[in-house]
Amino acid sequence: MAGPKYPGFDTLALHAGQSPDPATGSRAVPIYQTAAYVFRDTEHAASLFNMERAGHVYSRISNPTVAVLEERVAALEGGVGAVATASGQAALHLAIATLMDAGSHIVASTALYGGSHNLLAYTLGRFGIETTFVSPRDPENFRRALKGNTRLLFGETLGNPGLDVLDIPAVAAIAHEAKLPLLVDSTFTTPYLMQPFALGADLLYHSATKFLGGHGVAIAGVLVDSGRFDWEASGKFATLTAPYQGFHDMDFEEESGTRAFLLRARREGLRDFGACMAPMTAFQILQGIETLHLRMPRHVESTRRIIAFLEKHSAVEKVIYPELASHPDYELCTKLLPKGAGAVFSFEIKGGRPAGRAFIEALRVFSHLANVGDAKSLVIHPATTTHYRMSDADLKRAGITAGTVRLSIGLEDPQDLIIDLERALKAAVK
Amino acid sequence: MNFKVEGKPVFAYTADHELDPGKPALVFVHGAGLDHSVFALQSRYFGYHGWNVLALDLPGHGRSAGPPIPSIEAMADWVLEVLKHVKIQKPGVIGHSMGSLIALEYAARHAAERIALIGTAYPMKVSEAFLEAARNNQHAAFDMETIWGHAPQVPLGGNPNPGMWMYGDTLARLHRLAPGVLYNDLKACNDYSGGFESAAKVRCPALFILGRRDVMTPPRAAQPLIEKIKGAKAVTLDASGHSLMAEAPDATLDALTEFFPREADL
Repeated sequence: MAGPKYPGFDTLALHAGQSPDPATGSRAVPIYQTAAYVFRDTEHAASLFNMERAGHVYSRISNPTVAVLEERVAALEGGVGAVATASGQAALHLAIATLMDAGSHIVASTALYGGSHNLLAYTLGRFGIETTFVSPRDPENFRRALKGNTRLLFGETLGNPGLDVLDIPAVAAIAHEAKLPLLVDSTFTTPYLMQPFALGADLLYHSATKFLGGHGVAIAGVLVDSGRFDWEASGKFATLTAPYQGFHDMDFEEESGTRAFLLRARREGLRDFGACMAPMTAFQILQGIETLHLRMPRHVESTRRIIAFLEKHSAVEKVIYPELASHPDYELCTKLLPKGAGAVFSFEIKGGRPAGRAFIEALRVFSHLANVGDAKSLVIHPATTTHYRMSDADLKRAGITAGTVRLSIGLEDPQDLIIDLERALKAAVK
Repeated sequence: MNFKVEGKPVFAYTADHELDPGKPALVFVHGAGLDHSVFALQSRYFGYHGWNVLALDLPGHGRSAGPPIPSIEAMADWVLEVLKHVKIQKPGVIGHSMGSLIALEYAARHAAERIALIGTAYPMKVSEAFLEAARNNQHAAFDMETIWGHAPQVPLGGNPNPGMWMYGDTLARLHRLAPGVLYNDLKACNDYSGGFESAAKVRCPALFILGRRDVMTPPRAAQPLIEKIKGAKAVTLDASGHSLMAEAPDATLDALTEFFPREADL
């Protein structure tokens, strides 16, 4: 007898989280542009406030449009649920603030987005949360950095800037041996290319601004919980397993088991820190997700064509992409990312900073800006922008050279992109 | 609250309240492979509205130590031992799925004020494929419990609980189980054969809450049992499948509050 089947990824991307609107029959997700919701009566109001009934009270805590996005991303990731946030950075902060207090410690990969590195290295230190950064290339580095007060292991599925592939099964095993969860930033891979929970991660988040939205019109984040980490058994997470005075002495794990993390993230994190998502933003991200399964293969296919072109070009020193045999994570990439290693990569142009500057200025189709994961192709030259204050030696320590160029490949005709790159490379070597 | 019964750790959710001898009591009993938190909304409501609440984790589930109990009858007797320990007599018993059979058996064997049977059927036969997958601790058993345990529209519909994915929640609970627990529970349901005899012994009021879109225990499969309990009432919730407390939380709570009066004037 054949077992029952889950809906496919493509179907979930279009439908999960939303039935046609019962009030109007609207097939599209309505934008519930409201701050608050009318209670049926005082009893209903009290029940909602005390979490005896499901529903919405105030849009900082939950909103019907945002809830569709949260449920849809949770479905695509195989999570228990999600909390949408004002940005990817807000999602990272929400995860950390939900799990730990001052005096805690995080072990994080060195291969991180600059904003995440800033939060961990500088800002959270002011609040008593310290981070040890380790190279993700050897998962044992995470084990070696563990301390008695460590509460989280953290890395990116594909790290900045060298596209290090995080060995999620290995790092998750180390985390779980220490009774700790593994959080991953899954922005570059999206659930289409990788589902980190299936590999052992416990929590993940996206900057939904990037590939999930795909259009570059909204800043957004989403934090997803697998629901599989046993906070009570770990014994290290008082925020989830001890009475919380801020909500009638609620013990979140006792109250809701698999939903404990998200319950506290929503009921404390969104309530008190307030980095919630606007309903219009949720609608915009949902428009992108509805075509994620069509866009991502095209992103990857075009990226591969462009890499093949760049690898052969005489003005290019090196291309950094995990699908290339020259990349140190090539074998791991083959194992963990069989559908592709995404559409963001770097290459080194010969001629250093002047060549990089000339290259950027000669491009016509690629947009020069600080973002990735757009339907439009993007480019940035770190040595003259994000890292312009750094010496060549400092750049090297950051895994960047004066000639490093980062591309985010969009959905234009790939031949037009190649022509654009060819013209710019020619200008760069003049 | 945490305590020990027969020397083994037991957990029961009490909705943040100490048990009060002056209040009536409601016992919530979960289904196969699940835990007390499936009743999170409903048990919390009653706990804050004048009732002693004991939402149990059966042995081997949630926070209660194993091993799991192999038969419905023994599970009902275990519930009695728990209630003796906390000095509760004649409670209302609310059971879901496997828990509904435990509630039925409890009411037949011991004193209960009222029973509410949610998502129930008798006989509660489990397909051989489902049993076999569970016996072998195959993920397919989790998939069957998850997919058949919800109405067909659930994966494509909206969760009344904002931001949550019902399938993911069920799967996460099942992933936390020790090997063999789901099989134990499914086998107990499948083997339970005294339903009609026990139903005939029930003397307290009984309410059936059924989901019209329940593919695991469809309403028609509860009808013979309803007919065996004198005066039993049934409520069928149109929009729900087998996971009524999650799929139709308000309607389930409304049915329960009507059956268990507000000021506990039983």
